[in-house]
Amino acid sequence: MRSMNQLGNDLYTGKTSFPFVGRRRLWFIIAAILVIGAALVPVFRPVQFSIEFTGGSQFTVNNVTDPDQTAATTAVQSVVPGATTKVTTIGDDAVRVQTDQMTDVETRAVTAALAEAFSVDEDEVSSSFIGPSWGQDVTRQSLWGLAIFLALTFLILAIYFRTWKMSVAAIIGLVDVLVITIGVYALFGFEISPAAVIGFLTILSYSLYDTTVVFDKVRENTHEDGEKSGRTFGESVNLAVNQTLVRSINTTVVAALPTGAILFIGALWLGAQTLTDISLSIFVGTIVAAYSTLFVAAPLFSLLRENEPEIRARDERVLAAREKALAAV
Amino acid sequence: MAAPTPVRHAWRALTGLLVLTALLFGINALGVFVFTDAEGNPASSWAPELALDLQGGTQIILEAKTPDGSQPSPEQMEQAASIIRQRVDASGVGEADITTQAGNQIVVQIPGQADEETRNRIEASAQLQLRAVLYTGAPATSYIGDDGNETPYPTPDPTLNATPTPAPTDGSDINWVTDALMAEFLAYDCDDPANDPANEPADQPLITCEADGSAKYILGPVELDGSSISDASNGLNTQNNQWAVNIVFNAEGTEIFGKISQRLYGETSPRNQFAFVLDGKVLSAPSMNAIILDGKPQITGNFDQETSKTLADQLKYGALPLSFEVQSSNSISATLGSQQLQIGLVAGLIGLVLVAIYSLVVYRSLGFVIIASLAVMGVLTYITLCILAWRMGFRLSLAGVAGLIVTIGFTADSFIVYFERIRDELRDGKSITSAVEDGWGRAKRTIYISKSINILAAVVLYILADATVKGFAFTLGLTTLIDIGIFILFTHPVLQLLARTRFFGGGHPLSGLDPEALGAVYRGRAQFRAPVDAGGKSAAQRRASRSRGEAERRQTIAERKLAQQSADTRSTTEGDD
Repeated sequence: MRSMNQLGNDLYTGKTSFPFVGRRRLWFIIAAILVIGAALVPVFRPVQFSIEFTGGSQFTVNNVTDPDQTAATTAVQSVVPGATTKVTTIGDDAVRVQTDQMTDVETRAVTAALAEAFSVDEDEVSSSFIGPSWGQDVTRQSLWGLAIFLALTFLILAIYFRTWKMSVAAIIGLVDVLVITIGVYALFGFEISPAAVIGFLTILSYSLYDTTVVFDKVRENTHEDGEKSGRTFGESVNLAVNQTLVRSINTTVVAALPTGAILFIGALWLGAQTLTDISLSIFVGTIVAAYSTLFVAAPLFSLLRENEPEIRARDERVLAAREKALAAV
Repeated sequence: MAAPTPVRHAWRALTGLLVLTALLFGINALGVFVFTDAEGNPASSWAPELALDLQGGTQIILEAKTPDGSQPSPEQMEQAASIIRQRVDASGVGEADITTQAGNQIVVQIPGQADEETRNRIEASAQLQLRAVLYTGAPATSYIGDDGNETPYPTPDPTLNATPTPAPTDGSDINWVTDALMAEFLAYDCDDPANDPANEPADQPLITCEADGSAKYILGPVELDGSSISDASNGLNTQNNQWAVNIVFNAEGTEIFGKISQRLYGETSPRNQFAFVLDGKVLSAPSMNAIILDGKPQITGNFDQETSKTLADQLKYGALPLSFEVQSSNSISATLGSQQLQIGLVAGLIGLVLVAIYSLVVYRSLGFVIIASLAVMGVLTYITLCILAWRMGFRLSLAGVAGLIVTIGFTADSFIVYFERIRDELRDGKSITSAVEDGWGRAKRTIYISKSINILAAVVLYILADATVKGFAFTLGLTTLIDIGIFILFTHPVLQLLARTRFFGGGHPLSGLDPEALGAVYRGRAQFRAPVDAGGKSAAQRRASRSRGEAERRQTIAERKLAQQSADTRSTTEGDD
C-alpha cells in the first residue's frame, strides 16, 4: 500500500492523476442525479419542522424514574382534553412532551400535572412556548443573510481571482452542497430546527471556504503555466486539483472528526438535540463540500473558461505541439 | 546557510504573541480584581458567562407593538427595553439580561423560572400618564414615635373609610385622599416588589414613588396620557442659562393641559404640582408656575444637559404606548443546562483527541505543531470569551459551543494548507528552510482569501440573524480571527525555528518533513535535486527529454506515460552520483 506521502508525491508530479476535469461529463451526471435525488427526498419523506417553526408548547421533565409515555399524555389530556401530544423519551431519565400552543394558565397547569404524574419537583419540568411567527422570522432573516452573503462573496472572489467565472463555479458548487446536505438531513428523519439552520449556514461558509482554497491553487497553476505552458487549460486545472487532493482529504477528515464526535456523543445521550442537529448537518456538509469542490466546482470552472477565445487558442496550440511531438517519437 | 533574519523574525513574532496573551490576561485580571459591577461584585471572571441553555433559566421574547401597528423606532425600543429592565428589577429578579433584536423584539433572560406575577408585569404595556399631585412625602415607612423610638407605620386598618366623601370634583380634589389611602401611603414601601403601581386603574388615585425612590406621592386620577404629547426636547433656557425640557402637546392635549394649568396655578404646594408617570413611576413632578394655554410647557429645575436629555427622551418615546406580546417563552432547568454543557465538552474533547491522533499519523512530529497551535488557540479563545462576557455581555450558548468545536476543523485546515505547501516546495527540491519560507508565501495568500470568506459569513450572519444564530456567528468570526493571528504569530515562527533544528531541518523520517519520503531526491553533498517545474518529470524523463527539442520538453500526462514505459527499464531515480 502506498503511503499518504507517496500518494501526495505522485499527485504532485502528475504520476497519479484523477480525471476531475477530464471525465467531467460523468461527474456532472452523478452530481445531477444526487441533486435531483436529494430534492426528491421530501416527496417520500416529508421534511419535519421543529416546534420553533410550527409553534406550540414543549415540556421537558427531568430526573424521571419511569419514563412512561402514556402517563405524560394522560397528564396533558387531564388539563386540555383532546390536545395533540408528541412524547419522546430523552436518555433514560427525561421525557419531552410537545403539544399544541397553550395559554399561560394551561402551561402552568400542565407543568403541575406532569410533575405530579412523574412524581418530581415542579422545578424539574421545563416549559417552552414558541409563537409560530418565531421560526418564520428566523428563516426570513437567514434567507436575507444568505442572499447578501452570496452577493458579497461573488464580488470578493471575482475581484480576487480576476474572473467572475470562479465565483459562478463556487456558488453553483455551494448550491449543490446545500441541496444534497439538506436532502441527506431529511433522509435521516431529523427535524429542521434552528440548530440545523445554523448547521446549514456553517456549511455555506465552509463550502465556499473549501472551494476557495482549491481555486487558489488553480489560480496559481493556471497563472504560472501561462502562455508557454505544455498543458491545456483543463489539464492545468486538473493538476491543481490533484495537487491539493491530499489537503482536501486531510482537511475533510480533520473537520469531520470533531463533528462526528459530537454526533456520536449527542446520539448516545439523546437529550442534546441542538448538538445532534447541528453536527449532523455539518458532518454531512463537510464531506459533501469536499466532494463538490473536486467534482463540481473545479470541472465547472474549467468548462466555463475553455470557450474563451484566448484559452481556446492556447489549448489548440498545445494540442498541436503535442501531436507533433508524438509524431516525432 | 542559516540566514539570521527569519530567526529574528520568528522570535519577534513569538514574543508578540506572548505579549498579546499577557495583555489579554491582564485586561481580564483588571476586570476580576479592579473593576466591580453595580452590585460590587467583580466585573469579570475567569470563566466565560454561560447562556441560558447551558445554565438554566427562562427566556421570554416579547414583540413590541404600537397602537397603529407601525414599526417602533429604535429610540422607542431602547426606551421599551429600559422600561422592561426596570420592571424585571422591580420584581426582585437578579441578573436579568434584557436586549433588543430584529427591530421590534425584546429578549428577556432571567435565571430560574419566572413566576406568573413577573410574567404579567413584563407583558403589561408601557404608558406615560399625567396625574396631579395630591400629597407628597419622604419615602420613609416609619416615624419617630412619642417614645422617641422609630416605629413602622401600621398596616392600614381595613375598617378605615375608603370612599371619598364628598365625591371629588376634579383631579386635584383633596377629598380623594381618604383615611384608608393616607394610612396606605404612610406604610407604602417604595422598594417592596409586591407594589405594582404600573397596573393600577387610571380613574383612581395612585400611590407611587419617584423613579429613583427619593420621594413618594399620592396622585390624582389620570388626566392626560402620553399620546397627547407630540414632542419633547431638551434645550438651554437663554434667560437663566439653565437646561430645560420643552414639551409640545397636540391640540387636544393643549386644551386639557390649559385647564389643568389654570386649576393648579395658585394652588398650595404640593397640589400645584403635576406628575409625569411612566410605567407607574414618577419621572418628574414640576410645579405649575404659570398658566400655560399654548400647550408648550417647559420644565426647569436641577437639570444638566444629560438629565434634561434623559427626561425629554422618556417623555418623547414613552409617549406612544407600546404593548408587548409574548412571542416565545422558554425555560430550561439547570439540570438540563449543565447536562448539555457536559455533553458539549466531552464531545469537544473526544474530537480534539481524534484530531491530534490524525495529525500525528499524517504529519508525524509536525502534528505536534498542529496540537500546540490548537492549544494556543484554545487559551486565547477562552480568555477572549471571558473578556467579551465582561465588556459585551457575551454569553456562550450551546450553539456557540458547537461553533467552537466545529472550528477545530476550520482552524486545523490553515495548518494543513501550510504544511502541504511546504511539502510541495520540498518536492520541488528546495531545502527545508527555504521550503518553509516559500510555502508560507503561498499558503498565506490562500489562507487570507479563504478565511476572509469565513469572516464575511460571520459578519453578515451576525448583523442579520436572530439571537440563536448570532452566538454561533460570533464564535465563528472570533475563532477565525484568532486562527489567522495564531497562523502568523505562532505556527509560522515555530516552523521557521524548527526548520533550523537538526531533527526537522535534517528531514528526519519522523519529522514529517523527510524529503525522501516526499519524493525529493537527495543527491549527496548536502544538495537536493534542482527544482523542477510543477510537471515534475522524473530525472530519467528529464534526461530523455533533454535530448529532444524545445517543444518536446513540454510533456503531457499521456506523453509522460509513454516515456515512462520506455524509461522503466532504467532506474527512475538517480542514486548517489
